[in-house]
Amino acid sequence: MSNSSTALAHQFDDIEQQHESDSLGMWIFLATEILFFGGMFLGYSVYRAVYSPAFSEASRRLDVLLGGINTAVLLCSSLTMALAVRAAQLGGRRTVIALLIATIVLGSVFLGIKAFEYYQKYEEHFIPGPHFEFAGANGRHAQIFFSFYFVMTGMHALHMVVGIGIMLTMIWLTKRRRFSPEYYFPIEMTGLYWHFVDIVWVFLFPLLYLVDRS
Amino acid sequence: MAEHIVEKKTYYSVFAALMLLLAATVSVAYVHLGRLNVIAALIIASIKAILIILYFMHVRYSSRMLWIFVGAGFFWLGILFALTLSDVLTRGWLPLPTGWE
Repeated sequence: MSNSSTALAHQFDDIEQQHESDSLGMWIFLATEILFFGGMFLGYSVYRAVYSPAFSEASRRLDVLLGGINTAVLLCSSLTMALAVRAAQLGGRRTVIALLIATIVLGSVFLGIKAFEYYQKYEEHFIPGPHFEFAGANGRHAQIFFSFYFVMTGMHALHMVVGIGIMLTMIWLTKRRRFSPEYYFPIEMTGLYWHFVDIVWVFLFPLLYLVDRS
Repeated sequence: MAEHIVEKKTYYSVFAALMLLLAATVSVAYVHLGRLNVIAALIIASIKAILIILYFMHVRYSSRMLWIFVGAGFFWLGILFALTLSDVLTRGWLPLPTGWE
């Protein structure tokens, strides 16, 4: 337990108590994130109920194939993240770094596909604002759909960029031998954050892309 | 050791289940079910979220106190949705009383 004596912060009785505190604190933060994204999901649900024909029409203009591939990519990145935390628990530094790099690569693929989708929407004049164009009677209400689409996926993408930054920091700290099988908590908390961002997408994908296909 | 180490096999099984559920949610979306399409999509998404929370986020192996903290976030999300939607979705249910037009 030589590492735990250096890892243990002085306000805790032992390393288990420190671990529990880290997890509780992280979940309090995630609760604020749940409500942050929850507000946007609620706004989307209300407007979708009020303007459902326009929302159906606009939703069908999204690319299910790209959205589906991105969901798969993100689920893969959650797997590599979970395995990275496991490797950290076992003390395999090289494995941790390799798996975190894999997670960053998958996250970047997601962001790249997302950027391509944004570009397509830009080409089709679906960016809300003075140049917005939507054929059909529901143009004004379709603009509301695309406002939600860009704000929600944009906030989600921003969270992923932050997550990639945190993972780069974790790689640096792992290289500097700051973690051990007794003290790997920052990597685990990074994992909680990344999985949370994955869960947000798990709801965004069906609600934005899928529900009006049939 | 501060925490339970999950077997690799468990992570792979959860991942396989998540991919199958992704395939399921995409296929179900093209079957015409009317209002049930939204409900099916939300149920599948919730199952995926629960799998991620329990296994990838280790909540299944955590203390009861952590369960309360996790539940609190979703409980408040439930309040947010229940109170707002019980207003918005029920507005057309009753005729306006006379004198309010």
